Amino acid sequence: MALKIVKGSIDRMFDKNLQDLVRGIRNHKEDEAKYISTCIDEIKQELKQDNIAVKANAVCKLTYLQMLGYDVSWAAFNIVEVMSSSKFTYKRIGYLAASQCFHEGTDVIMLTTNQIRKDLSSPNQYDTGVALTGLSCFVTPDLARDLANDIMTLMSHTKPYIRKKAVLIMYKVFLKYPESLRPAFPRLKEKLEDPDPGVQSAAVNVICELARRNPKNYLSLAPLFFKLMTSSTNNWVLIKIIKLFGALTPLEPRLGKKLIEPLTNLIHSTSAMSLLYECVNTVIAVLISLSSGMPNHSASIQLCVQKLRILIEDSDQNLKYLGLLAMSKILKTHPKSVQSHKDLILQCLDDKDESIRLRALDLLYGMVSKKNLMEIVKKLMLHVDKAEGTTYRDELLTKIIDICSQSNYQYITNFEWYISILVELTRLEGTRHGHLIASQMLDVAIRVKAIRAFAVAQMATLLDNAHLLTGNTQRNGICEVLYAAAWICGEFAEHLEDPMLTLEAMLRPKVATLPGHIQAVYVQNAAKLFATVLQKHEGETDSQAAQETSQLLIDRLPLFVQSANLEVQERASCILQLVKYIQKLQQKNVEVAEEVTALFAGELNPVAPKAQKKVPIPEGLDLDAWINEPPSESESEDEKPKAVFAKEEPKHSRSRHTEVDEKELARRREARKQEQANNPFYIKASPSSQKVYDAPGVEHIPVVQIDLSVPLKVPGMPMSDQYVKLEEERRQKEKADKKKKEKKKKREKRGKGRKGDSGPESEEDITPAHHVDIVTEEMPENALPSDDDDKDPNDPHKALDIDLDKPLADSEKLPVRTHRPEVLKSPAEDRDDNTIPQETKKKSSKDKKEKKKDKEKDRKRSKEDKKKKKKHKDVEEELPESLPEEVVQSEETKEVVTVSSSAAAATVDSSSAAAAESEPEELKDTEPDDTKSSKHKKKKQKKEKEEKEKKKKKRHHHHHHHHSDAGAEDSVQNGTVEDEEPLPPMSNYSLLAENSYIKMVCDIQGNHQDESKVVVSVIFENKSDSFLKSMEFNVLDSLNSKLQRPDGAGPHDGLTVPFQLPPGVSNEARFVFSVQSIVMPQKLKGTLTFIVKTDESSTHEKLDFKLHFTCTSYLITTPCYSDAYAKLLESGDLKGSSLRLEGVNMPFHHLLARICFHHHFSVVERIDSCASMYSRSIQGHHVCLLVKSSDQTVSIDAKCDEPSLLGNVLDEIKQTFSKC
Amino acid sequence: MQFMLLFSRQGKLRLQKWYVPLCDKEKKKITRELVQTVLARKPKMCSFLEWRDLKIVYKRYASLYFCCAIEDQDNELITLEIIHRYVELLDKYFGSVCELDIIFNFEKAYFILDEFLLGGEAQETSKKNVLKAIEQADLLQESQPEDWGGLANDEIL
Repeated sequence: MALKIVKGSIDRMFDKNLQDLVRGIRNHKEDEAKYISTCIDEIKQELKQDNIAVKANAVCKLTYLQMLGYDVSWAAFNIVEVMSSSKFTYKRIGYLAASQCFHEGTDVIMLTTNQIRKDLSSPNQYDTGVALTGLSCFVTPDLARDLANDIMTLMSHTKPYIRKKAVLIMYKVFLKYPESLRPAFPRLKEKLEDPDPGVQSAAVNVICELARRNPKNYLSLAPLFFKLMTSSTNNWVLIKIIKLFGALTPLEPRLGKKLIEPLTNLIHSTSAMSLLYECVNTVIAVLISLSSGMPNHSASIQLCVQKLRILIEDSDQNLKYLGLLAMSKILKTHPKSVQSHKDLILQCLDDKDESIRLRALDLLYGMVSKKNLMEIVKKLMLHVDKAEGTTYRDELLTKIIDICSQSNYQYITNFEWYISILVELTRLEGTRHGHLIASQMLDVAIRVKAIRAFAVAQMATLLDNAHLLTGNTQRNGICEVLYAAAWICGEFAEHLEDPMLTLEAMLRPKVATLPGHIQAVYVQNAAKLFATVLQKHEGETDSQAAQETSQLLIDRLPLFVQSANLEVQERASCILQLVKYIQKLQQKNVEVAEEVTALFAGELNPVAPKAQKKVPIPEGLDLDAWINEPPSESESEDEKPKAVFAKEEPKHSRSRHTEVDEKELARRREARKQEQANNPFYIKASPSSQKVYDAPGVEHIPVVQIDLSVPLKVPGMPMSDQYVKLEEERRQKEKADKKKKEKKKKREKRGKGRKGDSGPESEEDITPAHHVDIVTEEMPENALPSDDDDKDPNDPHKALDIDLDKPLADSEKLPVRTHRPEVLKSPAEDRDDNTIPQETKKKSSKDKKEKKKDKEKDRKRSKEDKKKKKKHKDVEEELPESLPEEVVQSEETKEVVTVSSSAAAATVDSSSAAAAESEPEELKDTEPDDTKSSKHKKKKQKKEKEEKEKKKKKRHHHHHHHHSDAGAEDSVQNGTVEDEEPLPPMSNYSLLAENSYIKMVCDIQGNHQDESKVVVSVIFENKSDSFLKSMEFNVLDSLNSKLQRPDGAGPHDGLTVPFQLPPGVSNEARFVFSVQSIVMPQKLKGTLTFIVKTDESSTHEKLDFKLHFTCTSYLITTPCYSDAYAKLLESGDLKGSSLRLEGVNMPFHHLLARICFHHHFSVVERIDSCASMYSRSIQGHHVCLLVKSSDQTVSIDAKCDEPSLLGNVLDEIKQTFSKC
Repeated sequence: MQFMLLFSRQGKLRLQKWYVPLCDKEKKKITRELVQTVLARKPKMCSFLEWRDLKIVYKRYASLYFCCAIEDQDNELITLEIIHRYVELLDKYFGSVCELDIIFNFEKAYFILDEFLLGGEAQETSKKNVLKAIEQADLLQESQPEDWGGLANDEIL
């Protein structure tokens, strides 16, 4: 042995350490992957050695490789080994590796609970510190639940170093295990006034983080924080507190008013930019939350804006950026204060930092008004020309369009100007946003009727000069605008000056090089233009020209018929045939124009984006109804959805039948028109523009003041400027007119002057150049109100929305160090208060999802309790202190308290022992309330009583000790008789093996999650005076049952027990076994090897044991409601068996408790000395028992879907009772 | 703070600390994306950028980029201060720190970070206290004999 170790240590001299590894990687730049894979092989060898130093070194190297992106999850178990080293050097490395590599899915994490607990209670503060740090990275819900109490204890550690870490990590614990928040909160609050500034700051940190997410629960802390804010000088703390107030003020406006003064003081006095910035942000938040009716706060806004201006003017890019960011927040509520700094923000557009320019653009978006829109866009257009790099230019382009189109073109007073801007933007080469410009063109042309003539003229020019756009590159995104241009020219062809010219332009051979979808639009709209041209010629009775037009189409269309694009081809051949037919008719001198035009008659209106979604479900349409008859059994459930619809229908049931005749439609259209006419808010088409449509002609552009000498037909020349000028002139003129008018008005009737104005702001007075009617988007009749979904349900912080002011309920106490939560919740625990096993079982089996519900119930309960027992109030307040003691008590009853190296016991404070004693009393009081609180149980009670009465008659020939008087019967609740004797202590841990050094006891439990796994918990107790180390646990696998070994371990390798045992100490380890068949009990032989180390010597020892997997250990306590139970028995799938026990001399409830505890059953129903019980195997077998007791004889009728499993379980039950 | 990354001008990751649980795949993806984004920025640009729903605060010291991800409401300037403080701590500990110090003693760099930040929050604002804690922990480490020197009195007997 010794030789082997010496040899190992010599080998080690040649091992690589971390430095060697790093150096090696740097020297193997070319074949890094290969080098690292050999390194990983070496590491694997090193990890197989016993020497912990070698392992630690290997783990350290792995941590480095993990950072480089290599998977090291296979070494998770080795990391745990290194974590459990007693030497700080290695422990530190182990925890570091764990914090870098572990995540919630790492399965070995469940093995670390005890190790971490041990480290947390280590006398060495750095052990504790390193464990806390590590835990903060890989804490899981399970770890959080199991360790919450230990960490909470550390919050009151004597060393501030530990306190501070414990406080900070509590936040992570809360997130993983929200139930811990309420019990831990009083102590956390206490830490706000900790003498150590570090701890105080940590507590502020945690509470601020909590409060930011759920502010309303922390309002009561405001005075305390206010005090802290005015007294603290630590900027880090101040920032957190100020941020917290920012979250609180929206809920409590009075707080906001109070805050303004200290915050403005801070803004004036502080030199720290971070603090200044936080203050400004919070002041903004406060002012936003305060209603606008506070004129005296304009000073604070001014102060903020001033300070932000200083930030923006600073040469530091970071400050500039943040200044702009904060400005945009002010902009939302106080646009005027920001708008006066327009120049400064426009300056930022010249900044060399793109992110600053983009911020400034964002700001500009909010700063535009009717007054300054043209000016701002003009500036932006200049930047578009200057901009290098297409990304920024594209950004500018989208921003210009965003700015102009925002809130339904609210700020545009002159649409000619806007169309010109759009046309100018088409000259941008290589932009990706052609489609954006196109959709704007379409949108404006469709929705602003008055602009159509102008738009059509512009689009015709675009089409005519298409070669300028398509230019050199095929992939040029800008050609998308041709799509819009072609469509607009076709659809609104009546406005075209020379439709023939446009038609000709659309049929040029070059068009065939455009993308398919654009060609398709060209072809379709050529047909529309054709119709217009025909009509025009026939009106002038120029049949020659009409026929020439047809010939043009017949000549040009074949080019498109040959297109590779299906859409183009199809449309082209359709239209070609149509035109040929028309030509035939023309040759016979038939007038066709009217009929051809009819093909494209009717107006297309825009449809609102959400229109489809808002169509109400028509009467009689039930989307949830089955189309075919459903399987018979679910009929009753079907009716529900139907009922829901029937109820809702009347609300929006302006009936909408699927077949509505033309008449009805026309009638409705008429009604709608009538309604619109009567609606003062509906913008109607102005009569003037209507006239324009009626009179087709050349002078059709409806703009009054615009001189059409503006060179429309010269492409490539900015026209928008002209419009800016014109617009200014127009405005001035209008102003003058208005003045005159107003004077008149004033003279005529005073006081009625401003009636029609939309707002007090002067820019609102600017009236658009002409009455543009923005056609409202169409919505279906009876559109449903929109329903927007709110918050993300997966937000982890949601679970922390917990009321902290309510007093703690018993059920909320933190779970304290148990070997398994199940054990704590077993009936034995309730010895003192005689609560029914079944009740607790139900609680214990509730899964995590239901926990929240449960908690709510508890809270309600605690409210009731509060009313009922005010005398207990002070006890409740002391709860956090008395937590550990209480649990120690209950653990004693299970004889397992010795097992743990109890941190809780160590912290027992004798002074609070009194509080602990009063605990059981209280429990007694609350539990009956519990049982009543649940509706379900009430029902059951009722049922029980009924059945009881039935059975009473039967019972006559039985003899009973206990239940002879009616009083006792009345007190029966869910199978409990209140005056029954207390249960004797019970434990499921059975002796596994023992020698003079060590004692092993074990318990085997099925795994809830996995149907083929059982967990064996073994408690190792060192009975000797020596140190026990290097314990290795091994069993001889059978075909059916196998010990789960880490990946890479051989089938005969032992598992290292992850701890060492000083004299007299015991600790628990868990081992997972996989099993295949569970119907038979099984025994596995195993050996524990360990080193006994005394001062003089160390010896190798071993202890053999036999691990007995009983069938009971495959059962899992599962609650079952009586109705489900009855159904199960009725189903007839179960096979029966029975058992008779003679001479059982114990109260019936003890008997039940024993079956529950030792054999993992739960009581379904109990009536006097008769009870039904239920359990389930890990593989889903149902096991049902009917237990009857009379006169020392117990008969058990049992049913199960697996007879051999049942037989074995019954044998085991028999054995249990034969022992006592 | 959600996580902190240190990487070199060549885009090599030198240190990573995650304060939110993410799987390795996601971490790698984020790292790759962020390293690219940050390295693509020009030197004169400001230290903040918006990324997904987070804010990224980064700063370059010599050849190393320090990059932190914070939430929407967090203060960018204080995060810059945290980065700077960490650099100062490294500097004090290693004595004018350079990239190689962090490469070869990456575990030390982690230990210092862990004393300074815990769970993404600053746990100690005093530089002196952080360094003291680290020094004492190092002392503890040294006082426990290096194992294979200590092998003689530990294992062989």
